[in-house]
Amino acid sequence: MKNSHPRARKRRIKEQFIEIGLLTAACSSVAITFAIIFVLLKESLNFFAEVPLFDFLTDTQWTPLFDDAHFGILTLISGTVTTTLVALAVAVPLGLTIAIYISEFASPRLREIIKPILELLGAVPTVVFGYFALIVVTPLLQKIYPDLPGFNMLSAGLVMGIMIVPYISSVSEDAMRAVPMQLREGAYAMGATRLRTALTVVIPAAFSGLAAALTLGSSRAVGETMVVAVAAGMQPNLTLNPLQPAATISSFIVQVSLGDLPHDSIGYKTIFAAGLTLLLITLVFNVIGYWLRQKFREEY
Amino acid sequence: MTPQPAATPPELKAQARELNFHYGAFHALKNISLPVYNEKITALIGPSGCGKSTFLRCFNRMHDLYPGNRYGGEIRLFPDDVNLLSQEVDPIEVRMRVSMVFQKPNPFPKSIFENAAYGLRVRGMNKKAELEEKVETALVNAALWNEVKDRLSEPAFNLSGGQQQRLCIARALAIEPELVLFDEPTSALDPIATASIEELMLELKEKVSILIVTHNMQQAARVSDYTAFLYLGEVIEYDDTKRIFTNPEKKQTEDYITGRFG
Repeated sequence: MKNSHPRARKRRIKEQFIEIGLLTAACSSVAITFAIIFVLLKESLNFFAEVPLFDFLTDTQWTPLFDDAHFGILTLISGTVTTTLVALAVAVPLGLTIAIYISEFASPRLREIIKPILELLGAVPTVVFGYFALIVVTPLLQKIYPDLPGFNMLSAGLVMGIMIVPYISSVSEDAMRAVPMQLREGAYAMGATRLRTALTVVIPAAFSGLAAALTLGSSRAVGETMVVAVAAGMQPNLTLNPLQPAATISSFIVQVSLGDLPHDSIGYKTIFAAGLTLLLITLVFNVIGYWLRQKFREEY
Repeated sequence: MTPQPAATPPELKAQARELNFHYGAFHALKNISLPVYNEKITALIGPSGCGKSTFLRCFNRMHDLYPGNRYGGEIRLFPDDVNLLSQEVDPIEVRMRVSMVFQKPNPFPKSIFENAAYGLRVRGMNKKAELEEKVETALVNAALWNEVKDRLSEPAFNLSGGQQQRLCIARALAIEPELVLFDEPTSALDPIATASIEELMLELKEKVSILIVTHNMQQAARVSDYTAFLYLGEVIEYDDTKRIFTNPEKKQTEDYITGRFG
């Protein structure tokens, strides 16, 4: 039974190998994240060596591939902001309504049926949503506005909104179901209806979780690529009018990545600056989300 | 605070008649008949799982919130002699007349004022002056006014546990209920907060009828006029509190009160 027994030694060595293996796996994802940030920063520095930061932030045109090149990131940001706002205008009311229904009204059996179906919506490939926007939603919208261009941010934003409904509704529903039953009973005991209880007690109590749902949905919409690449057109356009076609940061990146630009050209380097901008925007959303969660956290 | 002698029988506020209750297949309450007298405190005691909270929650139809629950028999509410459990009676209408204070303080994530005003708003009251007046009265009645009058707009979560529970009592009183149900209202509180809530209940019975579930037998003895001892879903004994605690008729009651089981 000594520790130096060959069997015990063999086992110890095996354990050590396993531990090192697990540690490597855990570190690799962190390492990859840092590698991405490193590459983005490094390439962006190369980019900013040629294009002044001031021009990048204030120029109103984005024509990096033209002879008369302009690098106004605002043009792309406007596309990202517009499509995101349209998407949230659809996803937040719809997602919250669904969450209220599932959490406060639906019977347990119905809930077990609805939730998986809704989550299936999240499993549809985004490129399918993109073609749905282009081929189904845009023609429908054109019946209402005949002047609507074939590529436009409204249609892309609406479909993107539908796409992120499951994210918003699922996280919101979890937050609402986590509200203790005794709080609801308190409201019911005062004679409140189900809807009143949901609106005046459950939603305020679940606010930090709802804020998390909102920021998750926003980050998703900001980073979404395929729907806007397919349906919103890829021409840079400084506008907040959703009836116009426009490029977003993500759709520009995909456009350049798929093109045949030489890797040391300034046009190619722009995608790193654009990527860094995208990363910063989602980072801001996450920080806001974190702050909201902390500020409105209720302990029961 | 000693019970009235039987010579002038007090007025009835509510009367359970052969009340049965099922949680799905589980027969939780068996043929309970029990009076609740007007402007008196009736205490329900018994070991855990005996059905005392289940019985209490029949009075405001709380069980209607969950599927699979079934009532039998009736609970008559006076003076209009209406059966609270009737299918034709809307549970929300019942809750408009019978309010409740829970085991753990459960203030809403709102200001102190809005917590006390919640039931009034549910009843459609929107005028500021009227709300302020009723909220003040309720907070005074709940012995909380002096502590919170300068901070009515603060979140209710800033209050201590005992204050939160008194706020919940104010919330239940603001609507001027006919009957208030207390479900172990002091089990989450320290002895000082408990004493203040007990004192409060004794003042409240001047205006309102009270039905209280308690785990604490001294509490039942201190505050109530009548006491019912429940065991396994049945009322074993019901009498003046004084008699229950000094000279119970049933052996089981005596064993429970003296701490031999439970």
